[in-house]
Amino acid sequence: MAVIATEKLKKVYGKKDAAVTALDNINLHVAAGESIAIIGKSGSGKSTLMHLLALLDKPTAGSVLINNQNASKLSPKQLDSLRNKSYGFVFQQFFLNANDSVLNNVILPLKIAKIGRKERNRRGLEVLKEVELEDKIKSKANDLSGGQKQRVCIARALINNPEIIFADEPTGNLDSATGQKIEDLLFKLNKEQGISLIIVTHDHDLASRCNRSIIIKDGHIVEERTS
Amino acid sequence: MKFSDILLTALANMRRNKARTILTIIAIFIGAATLTLTNGIGDGIKAYLNRQVGNLGSTNTLQVTVANSPTVSPASSNTTPPKYDPNHKSSAIQDRGPNGGSQYLLSQNDINKIKNVPNVVTVLPGRSISPDYITNFGSDKYQISVGEAYGSINLDMKTGMVVNNNAANNEITIPELYVSPLGFSSDADALNKTVIIAITSASGLQSQHTAKIVGVQNKSLIGSSGAFVNTAFADVLYNAQSIGLPSQAKGQYSFVVAQLTPGISDADIATAKSNLKALGYDATTVKDRVNTVFTVIDAIIIIFDMFGAITLLAATFGIVNTLLMSVQERTKEIGLMKALGMGPRRIFTLFSCEAVLIGFFGSVLGVGFAKLLGVVVNNIAAKGFLKNFEGLQLLAFPFRTLLVIIIGIMLIAFLAGTLPAYRASRKDPIEALRYE
Repeated sequence: MAVIATEKLKKVYGKKDAAVTALDNINLHVAAGESIAIIGKSGSGKSTLMHLLALLDKPTAGSVLINNQNASKLSPKQLDSLRNKSYGFVFQQFFLNANDSVLNNVILPLKIAKIGRKERNRRGLEVLKEVELEDKIKSKANDLSGGQKQRVCIARALINNPEIIFADEPTGNLDSATGQKIEDLLFKLNKEQGISLIIVTHDHDLASRCNRSIIIKDGHIVEERTS
Repeated sequence: MKFSDILLTALANMRRNKARTILTIIAIFIGAATLTLTNGIGDGIKAYLNRQVGNLGSTNTLQVTVANSPTVSPASSNTTPPKYDPNHKSSAIQDRGPNGGSQYLLSQNDINKIKNVPNVVTVLPGRSISPDYITNFGSDKYQISVGEAYGSINLDMKTGMVVNNNAANNEITIPELYVSPLGFSSDADALNKTVIIAITSASGLQSQHTAKIVGVQNKSLIGSSGAFVNTAFADVLYNAQSIGLPSQAKGQYSFVVAQLTPGISDADIATAKSNLKALGYDATTVKDRVNTVFTVIDAIIIIFDMFGAITLLAATFGIVNTLLMSVQERTKEIGLMKALGMGPRRIFTLFSCEAVLIGFFGSVLGVGFAKLLGVVVNNIAAKGFLKNFEGLQLLAFPFRTLLVIIIGIMLIAFLAGTLPAYRASRKDPIEALRYE
């Protein structure tokens, strides 16, 4: 069963003469527990695709299906709730609150979900153990190294037991050794917990570790590789 | 996000840029303190005046004159000067009243008509008493004005009590100013002592009359600074004064005092007034007569308040500015929160909370500071330049006013926060999270 799928997905920016087609005719199926890499140069439309899949943006035409349900039929509140409960996000630039503690950064999704303090802290410690940062629980996010920061982000993505983790260039800001560790961590979660991975990258080595790679050029899927 | 979490997050955000938050709070603080102080002065003076109003007569006492009497300034109340009316007698013959000159007078006939008005209990002629001096046995003689204590007059007493109009004996209360000149060692010492009032009759004969001091009045800003006498003593003095008065002038009064049912409602007082008006009389309560003073004070306070409001307005822009900067700085954070499923309404609430908290801290500190300053100033003033105004608290802060100021400022802060909060809630997470 596809946790997420698209049908004839199209995204056009601007209007009339100034219109730019960022994506066209994208048909994609992501099965539960699958790992998929979206590869493309900057401007290819890969980020647009990820935004559409992550329900942060609305398509011009076509549809995104979440567990066979058309996302365009969901209210903004339901979309927010879906992102909050089923999705995890890992960004190249981390997006941590620099002056807040590691724990507070990690539990943000649960805070938004109105979960009580006790439960969130328990869960926070659990996921920080998973990324081996339980000793940094009280540190400021700013005092961590790049690799540690990205592990905090992964912990934050994990805290709600997501079905899918979206990773946008997760190793882009890290040296190769640290990047390798982050990749290992992501794929470990993919295998052990069956969390689907959607990784946007232009790193072919990272892409080759995924079950499938989708190569996007000028808004179209030009190639699909299975590894 | 739960509301308690939103509140805590807002507090944490405020701490993030402490200098900016504190400066914004200071701006609100100044506005709140200004407003509190100006209102405090106004309330203080008004509270004092309200107490002093008692010196002019009880609240259910009406002073009744003939309507359109020339003493009522025609320019202010009418568009044309009042016509001469031969049916009304003018006091051109002789009037010893304070108004002097020509004035329509009231006779026994008028008194009877006024008595028939509903809610009027008694009607007493308004007798102007002009004594020559007051003296104690052996002391110097001092000028004094004397008023009749009509009805249940509520004087601001320092010691003793108000004269008893039912008493057969002559009773008097004197202003505290006269206590020591009349040879009394203290206010208490003056009580139950006898003083002499001298008065000259129309025929030019001076006579002396004694009365017992039953009380000492506080110094007053408004109203009479003279002595008050009971009906018995007023009878004595008025009769002595009227000896030799032409017979036409007897039984003619420039005003009469109508006592209304005690504890009467304001609406009933208004009805009684309009009933009297219909009969051709002007009736005023003490409140009516001091209302001019209140109006002036209110006007001054409004001007003061405007300064406070302007300060607050500037501070409001401070809030807008601070929060706009904050929203700008935290674009990515807002984007992240939205991506993680926080709805626009919650984002709006988060930033509104920050605005309201700034308003809350600023106003509570400002109001608290003003209140503290008030205590200090009141202490200094009571010992210093306001020594002569007994019972005057320069600054008064009724709890309700303080609460209104705090809540009002929080509301203004909320309004100031709506623009930045709205902007924050509209942030597009994709734009916000885009790499720079």
